[in-house]
Amino acid sequence: MRHRTALMGAVAAAALIPGMALAQERERGSSGHLNMIYWQAISTMNVFLSGGTKEMNAASIVLEPLARFDNMGELTPWLVDEVPTLDNGGVSEDLKSITWVLSEGLLWSDGTEVTADDVVFTWEYCTHPEGGCAYRDRFAGVESVEAVDDRTIVVSFEDATPNPYLPFVGAGSPIIQRAQFQDCTGTRAPECTDANFAPIGTGPYVVTDFRPNDVVQFEANPNYRVPTQPYFQTITWAGGGDAAGAARAVFQTGEMDYAWNLQLAPEVIEQMEAGGRGELLVDFGPLMERIEINFTDPSPSLPEGERATRQHPHPILSDIRVREALSLAIDRELLTEIGFGPMGQPTCNFIVAPPAMASPNNDACLVQDIDRANELLDEAGWEMGSDGIRTRDGERLELLFQTSTNAVRQDFQALIQQWWREIGIDTRLRNIDAGVFFGSDPGSPDTYLKFYADVQMYASLFEGTDPTPHLEQRRCGREPQPDTQWQGQNINRYCNEEYDALWSELNREPDPDRRVELVIALNDMFVQDFAHLPLVARGRVSAASTTVGGIVMNVWDSEHWNQAEWYRIEE
Amino acid sequence: MTDASMQPSGTPPPPAEDVHDLRPPRNQWWDVWDQFKTHKGALAGMIVFISILLFVTAGPWIWAVDPGLIDIRSRNQGSSWAHPMGTDQLGRDILARMMYGGRVSVAVGLVAMLLGLLLGTLIGVLAGYFKPMDGPLMRLTDLFLALPLLPLLLILVTLFRDTLEGMFGQATGVFLLIVFAIAITSWMQTARIVRGDVLALKEREFVLAARSIGTPSRRINTRHILPNVMSPIMVSATLGIATAIITESALSFLGLGFPPDFPTWGRILYDGRDWIEQYPARVVWPGVFISLTVLSVNYIGDGLRDALDPRIRGR
Amino acid sequence: MLNYTLRRLAFAVPTVLVISLIVFLMLDMAPGDPTASLPLTIPPEVREQMRLALGLGDPVLVRYVKWLHMMVVVEPSHMIANATGWNIGVEGPRILSWQTRSPVGDIIVQRMPQTLWVVGLGYLFGILIAVPIGVISAYRQYSWFDQAGTFVSMVGFSVPTFFTGVVFILIFSVWLGWFPSMYDTTHQVRDWDSFVFQVRQIAMPVAVLALFNASQISRFMRASMLDNLNQDYVRTARAKGLREKTVVLVHVLRNSMIPVVTVIAIGIPTVFTGAIITEQIFRVNGLGDALIRAIYVSDWPMVQTITFIFAILIVLFNLIADVLYGILDPRIRYD
Repeated sequence: MRHRTALMGAVAAAALIPGMALAQERERGSSGHLNMIYWQAISTMNVFLSGGTKEMNAASIVLEPLARFDNMGELTPWLVDEVPTLDNGGVSEDLKSITWVLSEGLLWSDGTEVTADDVVFTWEYCTHPEGGCAYRDRFAGVESVEAVDDRTIVVSFEDATPNPYLPFVGAGSPIIQRAQFQDCTGTRAPECTDANFAPIGTGPYVVTDFRPNDVVQFEANPNYRVPTQPYFQTITWAGGGDAAGAARAVFQTGEMDYAWNLQLAPEVIEQMEAGGRGELLVDFGPLMERIEINFTDPSPSLPEGERATRQHPHPILSDIRVREALSLAIDRELLTEIGFGPMGQPTCNFIVAPPAMASPNNDACLVQDIDRANELLDEAGWEMGSDGIRTRDGERLELLFQTSTNAVRQDFQALIQQWWREIGIDTRLRNIDAGVFFGSDPGSPDTYLKFYADVQMYASLFEGTDPTPHLEQRRCGREPQPDTQWQGQNINRYCNEEYDALWSELNREPDPDRRVELVIALNDMFVQDFAHLPLVARGRVSAASTTVGGIVMNVWDSEHWNQAEWYRIEE
Repeated sequence: MTDASMQPSGTPPPPAEDVHDLRPPRNQWWDVWDQFKTHKGALAGMIVFISILLFVTAGPWIWAVDPGLIDIRSRNQGSSWAHPMGTDQLGRDILARMMYGGRVSVAVGLVAMLLGLLLGTLIGVLAGYFKPMDGPLMRLTDLFLALPLLPLLLILVTLFRDTLEGMFGQATGVFLLIVFAIAITSWMQTARIVRGDVLALKEREFVLAARSIGTPSRRINTRHILPNVMSPIMVSATLGIATAIITESALSFLGLGFPPDFPTWGRILYDGRDWIEQYPARVVWPGVFISLTVLSVNYIGDGLRDALDPRIRGR
Repeated sequence: MLNYTLRRLAFAVPTVLVISLIVFLMLDMAPGDPTASLPLTIPPEVREQMRLALGLGDPVLVRYVKWLHMMVVVEPSHMIANATGWNIGVEGPRILSWQTRSPVGDIIVQRMPQTLWVVGLGYLFGILIAVPIGVISAYRQYSWFDQAGTFVSMVGFSVPTFFTGVVFILIFSVWLGWFPSMYDTTHQVRDWDSFVFQVRQIAMPVAVLALFNASQISRFMRASMLDNLNQDYVRTARAKGLREKTVVLVHVLRNSMIPVVTVIAIGIPTVFTGAIITEQIFRVNGLGDALIRAIYVSDWPMVQTITFIFAILIVLFNLIADVLYGILDPRIRYD
């Protein structure tokens, strides 16, 4: 699996080189028309109002941030000439402010000039208390955003911030035009349909026709800053159908040039790929499928308000030996092979990417060890009963295992149920509609936040390349609880003073190398406590026609981050 | 009106050849059966349907393989002696899953149809015969016709799932929920058609005659009206059972029916859809079973329709 | 008759209102969270704010009255304004979809053409096929044509559309490459070539739907014809010396159409909500697709509005069916 990813990188690099060499011959619009399909269609072009990955991808070819991450996860200047750092003086010594300077001569697609004022407006727009901006947490801790002159922006933070690259960085934090959106702040945001569907941007394309949840048409931006780009004159960005239909359209019928998010059974994808018209693009980011272990007692006999809170530790799973046994009984290689094939990698880490931050210390869990698991349970005092289920003090070893309704997850549930049965655990399975499970309605008993089950499975990730906020989620007190309306991201109610102390150190540490060490230490502490069971690192999976060149898969930003450089390979 | 149609169909005139026979008059259901037998399609449908019923009820005793047993080494296999219909992506035996899935699908079809039919006929007759009830009942029908099945199902799931699961366990809970949801959203066609026929029937001479000799309403309905709307009800019933089975699989297709770990024919078909190129059998088997069941039921309905109609019978 | 129609129309208004209130309350009770489909990178606090921005703070009845005002006053005015170019759009907020944050009315107008093309034609062809098959099957009961017709219609009815659809795509689109596997909503018919393209892209879904609809309707047609062929008036007509063609095509057909017309009229509203599954398989972004996707992401204003339009159409077509009933069958007296 690993060599496959490396190979992908090589292909990407190779694709870049002819792209560069031929850049002189190619001109804006010379590649004609591009067809793309997202089987989950685009619902709006205003990322701030949606928050969905698909909307972010579509908007990324129109709206751009000041800097974004390239395919290696490196910060790359986009609307600026250089990324501000401590070394070049762009970031202040006390880590409390960052100064961005826009490139000269930047134009919006309507021909007007991009100014620092637009950047300030973007901040005002997204932080408006009634606007419901989906990327508001990008501006968490930001005290002010000021325009020093037409091209210079100073972002000031309330506290020392070792990672100041959240506001205006990456596809989730692009710049919008004040002139277009100034009457659309707060509660009026959704009323500006025309602006939300066809925002004026600095990117390589402009929207010519937008049909929500159906199709978007783009045309090359006449004022794009690179005069020879973009190579495709027009783009049709279709939506609808299902993943199999989208894959078929690229691989077999050739109706489409690019298809997004092809979560299909591995054998199915391989068969379609044999059609030869397209190739699969896979790269691995921080997305990881895991089993969360509940440290609190979800028993329905507890009163509402105390159920699944830290007042009642879990009677079975508080014992680390049981948690380790659960982990040892799972064959992660097999799960990956069945559920994701080349689109997944078995893992034992909480932080699976960027590669430098993935801990090398936990690979032991990749090997299934039923015997050891049985030993551990024996040690913990659970004795095998005559029906093959363990008991302790008359209590049966029973677990409730919940997840969202999804074919791959139900296959995983069935497999894991069988493995856990081999070590004497009776697992009851339950699946909940994704719209309810991932909802955050405090009134619903079935959300993943309430966690009224013993273990649950889902996938999660973090944005950008900095896992600090992701690691913060597991701090004591961050768990969903009645006092916080069940909001909070410490899903398994993990609580460890050592962990909290180490995280505080990470949050203050500016030195990159030391930060990596700390991230690995935190990761190891968390997973060696078997606080949750990582299963599979999942890749981003898209497919591209063999006739389109210049595509560089990117898991750290929008997949379309270099859309301007895509071109048609002439036969 | 001829004598034949003046007679309530419960007591058809004895066939001519029986006139001189001294045996007691035959039960009318024998006549129905005689007529039914002459319909080759219906007879074939009956045989197929009984075979399917045997397959799903007695099958698991003969083919005693656990449909949930995962055998990962033999996954994605074609048909063999060990697995006559092959195995799925987890190595589960598809034949065993078809048997268990069929139980659910057939049961959903039958129960939902009966429930829907009962409700539809009752409301149709009441609305058609009793004028004061016509308006309110038909508005109720309109109302139900306008309710979309899918959101209704979602709501029913949240409101009643915990209670039903607590009372009957997860499997039975979901089953009851889906049967109820299908029935509650499928009785309206029957009601409207029955009402339409009743409206026409009650203006007919034999009903007027019955009423003029003082027959009470209930009796007119059970003896004169109901037997005469039997044929549309039968057509509705066969359509209903088919619709129920197809609705169940359609719900699974949309991810709103039975959960993926609960095999039903619709669910197996849906799960096999992505694999149609590699293993067409995985779509074809459940597809064929659904189709055969519906087909046989339709033929049975067709035969019954002819057999139950005294005007056709004995022609 | 006119009196009856007017009375029914007067009844229709409260009916529709009650339906809309029930649907509104049901959706309000429904589980599902419009922010559930967002990536988990968006923290719960931000989700809470997004939900507040959707207007979920108000009590349910306030939201219902607001919605009703927008539905019956604001949206129609904008629809008329868009269709005619008159500047009569009523000021004020419109019904906004939670997912796209844009007026629901505009999306419905956008989705209408493809639904009418595909599902409408599927229905029309279905009727056109069904009526003659039903008539001939009944007239020549138990003939080889009847047996074959019955068998084909039974098969068409028995095989689920998502099975036929997937098989059709595999054969005609993947293996043979005759038809595109997805529907291009931006395509406009301008000349012969673009018309041919339109025919190609609707061919498969229309075929699947027509087969399915024809099977259903021909069953009713045949049953109804059989009922009538044995009636006394047919014997009388024949005894009178009328030509067989006149007897069957004028007398019997007219009477047999009564229940069939009911079935056809009741089915018409489904044309508008679209055959959800067929639209999904053939990637036609019609109204049915809009409805099911709105359900997936808990976009209740969208579901509510489409449902409401559906309700109006059903009430309307039921009324039409009843009026037709009276016209076709003079024995039925409504007054």
